[in-house]
Amino acid sequence: MSIKEIQDEIVDEFSMFDDWMQRYEYIIDLGRALPLIEEQYKTEDNIIKGCQSKVWVHGEQIGDRIVFTADSDAILTKGIIAILIRAFSNQKASDILEADTQFIDDIGLKEHLSPTRANGLVSMIKKLKMYALAFDAKN
Amino acid sequence: MLDIQKIRADFPILKQQVNGKPLVYFDNGATSQKPQVVIDTIVDYYSRYNANIHRGVHSLSQIATDAYEQARIKIQKHFNAQHNYEIIFTSGTTESINLVANGFASILKKDDEIIVSALEHHSNIVPWQMLCEHTGAKLLVIPMSYEGELLMDEYQKLLSNKTKLVFCNHVSNALGTINPIEFIIEKAHEVGAAVLIDGAQACPHIKPDVQQLNADFYVTSAHKMCGPTGVGILYGKEEWLRKLPPYKGGGEMIATVTFEKTTYADLPHKFEAGTPNICGGIAFGTAIDYMNEVGFENIAAYEKELLEYGTKRLLELGNIEIYGPKDLNKKASVISFNLKGIHPYDVGTIIDKLGIAVRTGHHCAQPIMDFYKIPGTIRASFAFYNTREEIDMMIEALKKAQMMLG
Repeated sequence: MSIKEIQDEIVDEFSMFDDWMQRYEYIIDLGRALPLIEEQYKTEDNIIKGCQSKVWVHGEQIGDRIVFTADSDAILTKGIIAILIRAFSNQKASDILEADTQFIDDIGLKEHLSPTRANGLVSMIKKLKMYALAFDAKN
Repeated sequence: MLDIQKIRADFPILKQQVNGKPLVYFDNGATSQKPQVVIDTIVDYYSRYNANIHRGVHSLSQIATDAYEQARIKIQKHFNAQHNYEIIFTSGTTESINLVANGFASILKKDDEIIVSALEHHSNIVPWQMLCEHTGAKLLVIPMSYEGELLMDEYQKLLSNKTKLVFCNHVSNALGTINPIEFIIEKAHEVGAAVLIDGAQACPHIKPDVQQLNADFYVTSAHKMCGPTGVGILYGKEEWLRKLPPYKGGGEMIATVTFEKTTYADLPHKFEAGTPNICGGIAFGTAIDYMNEVGFENIAAYEKELLEYGTKRLLELGNIEIYGPKDLNKKASVISFNLKGIHPYDVGTIIDKLGIAVRTGHHCAQPIMDFYKIPGTIRASFAFYNTREEIDMMIEALKKAQMMLG
């Protein structure tokens, strides 16, 4: 599936929930199912530092695709990175670089884009795109 | 006794809903809400007498200058400073600290020592580190106990004739500890060191008497005590303020200027370069009047009740760790805690959805979080306009968070 198709699928899933509680419970479930980063990759380089919670992201090139794994010490952050990874992992670097992130707004997580959440989506998306940029340049 | 409903009616923001729930504002340690009378002062200033001060001969300038200087006198009386020119208006606590640090850059020598407490906010660590880098002085730290109390025996061991400055907050922003500043000041003076007290977290709860404390410098911000943001004060003993060089150059701080030499204005203007936050200073005066009208004894008694009730209710939740002194007499109305096994950020996000505003994170005091080996805490800080019912609402929200996240 393309990134756009996966994003639409995620938006579809979230549209079934009536309130924020259900949405957050789902995010927590997604967090628990996050493809975890291997301990050896939990390095300073892979950390997205910020005020609130720690996030580690690792990207690996397998064939012409990039596969992401991650972890966080906060479960909601784990859920959010899980959503991103679902959309961006197993995709081509050029597609990741081109993709937009409008679906975050559409699933009602816009507040996580706010600058007060230093470890919010913005820096995570940036990190994923940085991996894509690096792999794209290498190829 | 406080008439809480009457007091709450003074704060328009408290009537509002957040995420469809009544706002429960427990982030008073970050900034307090403002009573209508302070908001009115700001509107009145810009509607009626906005003018630059200390320089115009016209009437508006005169009215604005008088109001600003009246505010300085109100602040002087509140803190019981000996002279009104010992009150320097700044943009807030951080600038006040930087002003003093900058001044000591020309006084300190290599191998002089400055002592700072383990309970400090980053704003009271970084300027001194910068000062040490610049002068070659050494920074020593007063350690703390697991209950978040500074170890006075250790402090006394740090003091020597090399000690030139001691810095400590009056109340810790991260844990709420009320520090024994009288003792700290007395012992520092015995070795001839100056003392700066950061009162940002104390002034919403306590009325400090700078002469009785014998503090050399006392700094605070208006916005934590019902005043506007962007204004605060540096209190300094006259002898120290005369000794320190000016911090910023500009208009207002000069007596005469030629291209060869400038002579500086007298206190307090020597430290008040440029057009100040005129409106903010005046509104700070109104905030101090308002808080004195409510009465600091009433505030202290009522906030202690909230602290005791909040602590009891939180402990009833179970699976919780509260940081800071167990003896509530040693604490301001701040409770820093974690739900065991749950990240504070997760809790903060969930209870925000339920209308509860608390602070989560390291509270700009990373060394304290490192001490406890935690990423941060949830901090509920109460003001005199908060209620037991609001604490009950926070407890219900925390139960929900425990259920979802635990």
